[in-house]
Amino acid sequence: MSDPARQARALALLFGGLVAGWLVMLNFGALGAVTWRAEGLSALRGSDWAAVRFTVLQALLSAGLSVLLAIPIARALARREFAGRGLLITLMGAPFILPTLVAVLGLLAVFGRSGLVNQMFEALGFARFNIFGLHGVVLAHVFYNLPLATRILLQGWAAIPAERFRLAAALGFSGRDTFRQLEAPMLRDLVPGAFLVIFLICLTSFSVALTMGGGPRATTVELAIYQAFRFDFDMGRAALLALVQFGLCAVAGVIAWRVALPSSLGGGLDRPVQRFDLGARGLRLWDAALILAGALFLLVPLGMVILRGAPYVAGLPAEVWQAAGRSLMVALGATAATIAMTLALAHAVLALGGTRGAVLEWLGLAALAASPLVIGTGLFLLIRPLANPRDFALLVTMLVNAGMAMPFALRLILPDLRAEMATQGRLAAALGLHGWARLRIVTLPRLRRPLGFAAGLTAALSMGDLGVIMLFAEREGATLPMQLYRLMNAYRQDDAAGAALVLLAASLALFVVFERWGRGRAGT
Amino acid sequence: MLELDDLRILQEDFSLSASWSIAPGALVAVIGPSGAGKSTLLSAVAGFVPVSGGRVLWRGADITRASPSARPVSILFQDNNLFPHLTAFQNVALGLRPSLRLTADERGQVEAALARVGLEGFGARRPAQLSGGQQSRVALARVLLQRRPLVLLDEPFAALGPALRMEMLGLVAEICRETGATLLMVSHDIRDAEAIADHLVLVSDGVALGPVPTAEMLADPPESLRRYLG
Repeated sequence: MSDPARQARALALLFGGLVAGWLVMLNFGALGAVTWRAEGLSALRGSDWAAVRFTVLQALLSAGLSVLLAIPIARALARREFAGRGLLITLMGAPFILPTLVAVLGLLAVFGRSGLVNQMFEALGFARFNIFGLHGVVLAHVFYNLPLATRILLQGWAAIPAERFRLAAALGFSGRDTFRQLEAPMLRDLVPGAFLVIFLICLTSFSVALTMGGGPRATTVELAIYQAFRFDFDMGRAALLALVQFGLCAVAGVIAWRVALPSSLGGGLDRPVQRFDLGARGLRLWDAALILAGALFLLVPLGMVILRGAPYVAGLPAEVWQAAGRSLMVALGATAATIAMTLALAHAVLALGGTRGAVLEWLGLAALAASPLVIGTGLFLLIRPLANPRDFALLVTMLVNAGMAMPFALRLILPDLRAEMATQGRLAAALGLHGWARLRIVTLPRLRRPLGFAAGLTAALSMGDLGVIMLFAEREGATLPMQLYRLMNAYRQDDAAGAALVLLAASLALFVVFERWGRGRAGT
Repeated sequence: MLELDDLRILQEDFSLSASWSIAPGALVAVIGPSGAGKSTLLSAVAGFVPVSGGRVLWRGADITRASPSARPVSILFQDNNLFPHLTAFQNVALGLRPSLRLTADERGQVEAALARVGLEGFGARRPAQLSGGQQSRVALARVLLQRRPLVLLDEPFAALGPALRMEMLGLVAEICRETGATLLMVSHDIRDAEAIADHLVLVSDGVALGPVPTAEMLADPPESLRRYLG
């Protein structure tokens, strides 16, 4: 007897298995290709070890500073109610989908050689400072990750029941007592995970180091792979560096495996925690100053991108618009691939269950620690004997983007799918809803919201990504971020400013369109 | 005929055994103290709980290992009987075609089923726009349309008031008589059972005692039932 329930399960395992195989290929196969095809490993130079040290140092500093600064800001945001609070918290989600180069241009407009801060310094009679180097890289990473850390910790504060604070007030707790009894335990739970996520993100930093680093003294391993590959044509060294980067990520990934990573993207931040220890005027001013500083740090660079770019958008050369069109195609392709692969993997995770399901889930999340440049190098070497890798630049970019976005998509979709299966799995089984019919009639409509959000994130991330494409692309066939990088390098400041604004608008628009779609007609 | 042949269900610190059969068209209530395993017994018959021994037979065919949708069973759970994002019409239509691709004739059947349970013109509404009683009627319309010979009710009307619950059970009994279906329903109110069921199954102390005519069992209740009734 052919049983549709068993067929559906087999189908879920088949597709999930294919995705898992692809992920293994991407994460480990590429590395294998790098080692096999490298035509002999050349030795690492002293500068390569400097790159390793720099990578770890900047990641430690970036993660540490982001979390450290996030604690007081999240605390202030958690307990204060003010006009625009919701908007500010929403905006804190923005850096996540902000193209790196746009953020870099915004930061340069504020902290760069002729940026706002240096102009102020000069007016006050101080010497100008140079932004490039370690502090520039860390600054850009903090700009990116401080809002992320703040949102993670804000969730922690929101999760402390208001009754606890009421009880603390009734018992006459001082601010320090409240911190020690209620807030410190929450922070002990969340801070390691937040630190680790940011550390992982910064460990694979490429485009920030490319644009904010200062020569050989501020080079990450990812950047060194690119340089060995592109400028020295030294495949052996690129391969060895790729192995080093893989080792770094593997170590960090193993640590992450032991620490529970926070689910950072959820909601539930819309209400301030009701507190009873807020009377003091000094405390109010302190919180206000913190929130204002955080908001300015986030908003001024963004505002500068818009102000500087707006006059030059109309006069942009045709190649920028062509690049934008290519990026749009890559982004949409990556989105479709990510959603399809994530759904397949999530179904297989749930169909397997238990330890085997958990291993599959881990595989989906592993790309968080994967290095796009290592994967890109591997794919380049795999394609080279068969065809000209340059012809596949956009396809490879799309696939690598899809793989990179998967951890986030899986984090968003899997919990809702699990809940949907738990509440309605029996009903669907009793009615004989299986396979495609179940997906079409139940799963997709019910998961519309996380699907829309995941699609928006993927599209925006892919639109703004500057990574693998740098290994592959020739002069023609550039994506918008790559075109922007060229304009910056050629010191065509006005065109760069205009292109940055186009890139910013395109990324945000993609995110908003998908996210809106997810929210529409949500059947409750 | 539904036959439980030395059926045994073992969970961590819970066990239940049953060995009896139900005549076709019988209306059977499963009663007993809470936690005794009434729902578990129904779930095992429906295929949601694995059995550790014995067989479930339907008209002599072994269905012990069949998946839920492959069994001759319509089941209504305590809750989550409707998909909240689908309309009443779509929820009912799932009983006919899980793909929701209906012919004109089938659409007519769905409308007729909705009319039969008193919900003519409510097809376009979502569950959230219906009252609790109306939601129950939608689920019943689907049971009607499924035309499965064995109907299992796991207290789907528990959240309704006594009068409305009795009305729904009356409707169930009517539907079963019309279609000739066998009914097996969990009940924690002996009056419900008395009003609807012609036989009772008593679940207590790890055993489901075979169906006894309702009047007979209530006239001379066994010790465990006496304790349960208080």
